[in-house]
Amino acid sequence: MSKGVLAIAEQVEGVFRKVTYEALSEGRRIADHLGSELTVLVLGADVENISKELKPYGPDKIVVADNPALYEFLTDAYTNVIYDFIQKETPDIIILGASTQGKDVSARLSARLNAPLAMDCVAIRFKENRLIATRYMYGGKILADVELNGTPKILAIRPNALDITTADGSGIIQNFDVDTGTTALQFIDKRLDTDKKEITEADTVVSGGRGMGGPDFTVIEALAELLGGAVGASRSAVDEGWRPSSDQVGQTGKVVSPNLYIACGISGAIQHFAGMSSSNVVVAINKDPEAPIFAKADYGIEGDLFEIVPLITDEIRKLKS
Amino acid sequence: MEIAVLLKQVPATESPIGIAQDGISVKTDDIKWVINPYDEFAVEEALRIKEAHGGSVTIISVGSETTAEAIRTALAMGADKGILINDPASAAYDALKTARILAAVLKEAPFDLIIAGQRAVDDDSFQVGPATAEFLDIPHISMVIKEEIADTKIRCHKTIDGGTAILETQLPALITTQRGLNEPRYASLPGIMKAKKKPIDIKNVADIELGSEHLGEPLTKIVSMKTPPDRKGGNMIQGDSAQAKAAELVRILHEEEKVL
Repeated sequence: MSKGVLAIAEQVEGVFRKVTYEALSEGRRIADHLGSELTVLVLGADVENISKELKPYGPDKIVVADNPALYEFLTDAYTNVIYDFIQKETPDIIILGASTQGKDVSARLSARLNAPLAMDCVAIRFKENRLIATRYMYGGKILADVELNGTPKILAIRPNALDITTADGSGIIQNFDVDTGTTALQFIDKRLDTDKKEITEADTVVSGGRGMGGPDFTVIEALAELLGGAVGASRSAVDEGWRPSSDQVGQTGKVVSPNLYIACGISGAIQHFAGMSSSNVVVAINKDPEAPIFAKADYGIEGDLFEIVPLITDEIRKLKS
Repeated sequence: MEIAVLLKQVPATESPIGIAQDGISVKTDDIKWVINPYDEFAVEEALRIKEAHGGSVTIISVGSETTAEAIRTALAMGADKGILINDPASAAYDALKTARILAAVLKEAPFDLIIAGQRAVDDDSFQVGPATAEFLDIPHISMVIKEEIADTKIRCHKTIDGGTAILETQLPALITTQRGLNEPRYASLPGIMKAKKKPIDIKNVADIELGSEHLGEPLTKIVSMKTPPDRKGGNMIQGDSAQAKAAELVRILHEEEKVL
């Protein structure tokens, strides 16, 4: 009998990240396959109230590690608490989002537990009794199947890659006594762009490249906002200082797989393709008819993006009204 | 300030990547090898800290013989010495094994600050930096875009999902780099000449004290590889005017693709 699946929730300022629901849903599928229990661990300060929001995704147990010291995410404190919980519950499989936080925590847990970790996986399956995770390598140029051997197995899932599904589960809420242990990291300050959508989690990404000609991304922002999407950028636009590095799509930036990707003024270097080729529908707008991006985009429009993009925005607005 | 940089040699990002005969590794014949771009930021930052605070910069890499070229490039940028843990089989290591070897080397020669790339752009595992810090029992701060060192503390600005944060910790510590930290310098001609005389200590992996329990098979192993399905594109939207093209695109996205 399997000892169970542990999902680790991620919340920022009392709001769960979308990838939490993806991890829970996939965790439920794995637990059902193994015939074992799914537990979800929620860390934070004053998070007991929000924890019940996780029940519809089918956890058998919701464990709350509530402590003022966990208000801000610090890798060492979070890793210590999760490690303590793992020592107590001895799960077979741990699943969490490969967000910035999740990457830090999972890498440290993997080392502390001497446990295999598949980072940024986009699919998980069992082949007989072997656990195989699919993940991109080389910035999206290669898809590799990775076998995990050892216990527990840690799966850090890429945001936006796995389906969210609801399921039945008793969802009993329990508390876990927090001991943050010895820590060295100190939180000083943070700045969140609260109205800004994370590009890896958005259903639509509208990106701008060198063709933007400067830091004014207004036309792209307007389209992204209308679609409830996020604004991305090519490496050129980031190198020029027009956009922050966190917006960069590509092999040396982020890999995105939205339902709709709109590339504006991006010529389409191989590194950029690597970062967006798993998008469902790709649209390119470029004034250069020879731009390589057109060969890979489902739909292309040759023309001035500053003319075309606002027209597209207007058309969509008409459609929505 | 003794600074160590963890460096990996990787295929240049402009290289097309193909799958080798064995189906579990990539073709290496026509690849141009370079320093992992995020490790270039690490080398540059280490040099800037050395210039401000004094000390030395040591480049540490796990790789094969050709990796010495990447170390030599870092020495030409201005680093002082290199350590290469040479194993022709290292391409099949998982991140944990690489981190364990790096930690074992770093224990032999203690450092105040270790700088690593946030990830290598070949395996994209994001693990080696944090795992090395874990094995050394020191804190790490990832995705750093700015750092300040005062006395025995380092304060870092870092990217987080949806913003930036400022964290501080005691040295020794490990930090990983994010784009925006700096603009890596090119190796100068005198730098290249000097680098030829700088030492690279080449060690065999068998010389590293790892503990017998960790000498076996990696815990994660690639069992198959494929290239993602190629996108078929080239469908240009036609129309008499920009207005007509925009309207046609929106119609297709709405009615045919159903993504709007």
